[in-house]
Amino acid sequence: MSGLLDMAQSLIRPQGASDTVVPPTGFTARLTVFVSAAMAFLAVFALALTVSANRLADRWASELAESATVRISAPPAEVEIQVAAVLRVLDQTAGVASARILTTEEQRALLAPWFGPDVPLDTLPVPTLVEVIQDGDGFDAEGLRLRLSTEAPGAVLDDHTRWRAPLVQAASRLNFLGWLAVILIGATTGAMITLAANAALAANAQVITVLRLVGAHDRFIAQAFVRRFTLRTILGAGIGTLIGLVAVIALPNGPDDGFLTGLGFSGAGWLLPLTLPILGGIVAFFATRAAADRTLKGLR
Amino acid sequence: MITLQNASYAYGADALLEGMSLELSQGSFHFLTGPSGAGKSTFLKLLYAELRATSGAVHLFGQDARTMDRDEVAGVRQRIGVVHQDCQFLDHLTIAENVALPLMVQGKRAGADLLDLLAWVGLNDRVNAKPPELSGGERQRAALARAVILSPDVILADEPTGNIDWEMSQKVLQLLVELNRMGKTVMVATHDIALIRAAKPQVASRVLRIQNRHLHLAGADL
Ligand SMILES: Nc1ncnc2c1ncn2[C@@H]1O[C@H](COP(=O)(O)OP(=O)(O)O)[C@@H](O)[C@H]1O
Ligand SMILES: [Mg+2]
Repeated sequence: MSGLLDMAQSLIRPQGASDTVVPPTGFTARLTVFVSAAMAFLAVFALALTVSANRLADRWASELAESATVRISAPPAEVEIQVAAVLRVLDQTAGVASARILTTEEQRALLAPWFGPDVPLDTLPVPTLVEVIQDGDGFDAEGLRLRLSTEAPGAVLDDHTRWRAPLVQAASRLNFLGWLAVILIGATTGAMITLAANAALAANAQVITVLRLVGAHDRFIAQAFVRRFTLRTILGAGIGTLIGLVAVIALPNGPDDGFLTGLGFSGAGWLLPLTLPILGGIVAFFATRAAADRTLKGLR
Repeated sequence: MITLQNASYAYGADALLEGMSLELSQGSFHFLTGPSGAGKSTFLKLLYAELRATSGAVHLFGQDARTMDRDEVAGVRQRIGVVHQDCQFLDHLTIAENVALPLMVQGKRAGADLLDLLAWVGLNDRVNAKPPELSGGERQRAALARAVILSPDVILADEPTGNIDWEMSQKVLQLLVELNRMGKTVMVATHDIALIRAAKPQVASRVLRIQNRHLHLAGADL
C-alpha cells in the first residue's frame, strides 16, 4: 500500500528536475505508448468477453432453471386424454408452481424463427407443449418422468438440464479465460515495460554516472525513469482503452442479448475498462522501479 | 574533515598506492602532484568515495568510507565539490542547468545566485550554451562553478588546468585561491609544476607528491 502512495506522490509532485536530467528517449517513449495502447485495446475486449460471458451464464442459469416443458405427442384421438393426465400429474407433483398449455399463438411464435410467420399449425404434426413453472427447489424430474410414462406414455419431460449444463459451463469457462487473458495482457505489459526501461537505463549509464557524481540519490535517479514510463503507459493505455471502448460500442446490437450481439458492458460495467489506464500505470510504476533498482545496484 | 590512515589502493593484483596517511584540515590548500599515471586521480577518487581503499582507513567527515551505503555516498558528495578531469557534463542540458545540477538532483531550484556564480567564473554570456560548444577553459570554469554551487566544505580539482592555455589556467587558479580564502578546503591535483610555482605567492599551500606508490610531502625544491 505504501508503494501505491509513493507512486501517487511521485506522479503528482512537480518534478521538473528529474524530468529534464535524463535526456528524452524518443524511440523507447513511442514504443511504450504504442505497446500500452495496443495492450489496453486488447484488454478492453478481454474484459468485454469476460463480463458478457458472466452475464450470459447468470441469465441462462436462472432462466432455464425456472421452467421445464412437457411435450405430448400422441395419436389425435388420445391427445386430449393424455394432456389431461399430464396436467393432473403435474398438479399433484411437489415443486410445480403452475402448468399451462401453450396457446397456438405461443407455439407459432416458437416456430416462427424456423418456418416464418403464419405457420399453418393444424397441418403440421406439432406436439402439444405444456409449460411447467417450478417453485422453490423444483421438482424431482426422475420421479415425474416415471409417473408420466405410466399415465401419459406420449409425454416427454424436458427440464432443460441437458441444454443448461453445457451452456453454463461454457459461459463460465469463457469468463475464466477472459480473466486469464486480462492477467496475461497485464503481465506482458509489465514485461515490455521492463525491457524498455532496461534499454533506457542502459542507454543512460553515463548520465547516471554524472548524476551520482553530483550527489544524486538512487531514489532521485530511479524516479526520473519511473515517472516517465508510468506517465507514458497511462497515456498509451488511455488511448488504447478509448479506442477499444469505441470499437465495443460500435459492435452491432441484436434485438435480444445473444452472445455475439450482446458483447459489451452494461451499467456500472462500463467503469471496468476505465480502470485499465490506472492498472497500466501501476504495472509500469512497479516494473520500472524494479528495473531501476536492479540497474542502480549493478552500477557501482 | 578527511583523513587517511595507512590507506592503499589496487585496481588489480598490484598496489597502485600504498600506506598513505593524511589529514585534510579545514581551510587548508594542497597541491597533489606526480607524473602522469602515478595515481593522482585515483587518490582523489578515494576522497570522494568513488573508490574504496583496498586496505587502511578513509574517513570522510567522520564517516568510515568503507561502510558507507549509496545514500551516504550521495550525502558526502553534496559536501565535497569535485572538478573532474573530464568535466562530466550532461550534453543535453545547458551550461546553466549543468552548473545547477547538484541542486536539481536534490529537487531544488537554482535561484538568482546561479547567475552570480556564472558571472564569478566569467560565463554569464554562455548561460544557454551546451557543453560541447564551450572551449576547454570555459568547460573547466563551468565545472568549477558546479563544484561549488552547494557551497561545499571541500573542493577537489583534478587537473583543472589541463588542456587550457597559461592565461586561462591563471584565472582558474585565482578562483581556487579565492575559494580557499573563503575558508574552503582545497586540493588540486596537477602534473604542472609551473602552476604550483605560480600559486606560491598567492596562497600558503602544501605540496604532496605521489612517488613510488607512496604519498610524500614535497620539500622546498618547488
Ligand atoms: N579503472 C581502472 N582500472 C584499472 N586501472 C586503472 C583504472 N583507472 C586508472 N588505472 C590505472 O591506474 C594508474 C593511475 O591512474 P590515474 O589515477 O588516473 O593517474 P594520474 O591521475 O596520476 O595520471 C594508471 O596506470 C592507470 O592506467
Ligand atoms: Mg589523472
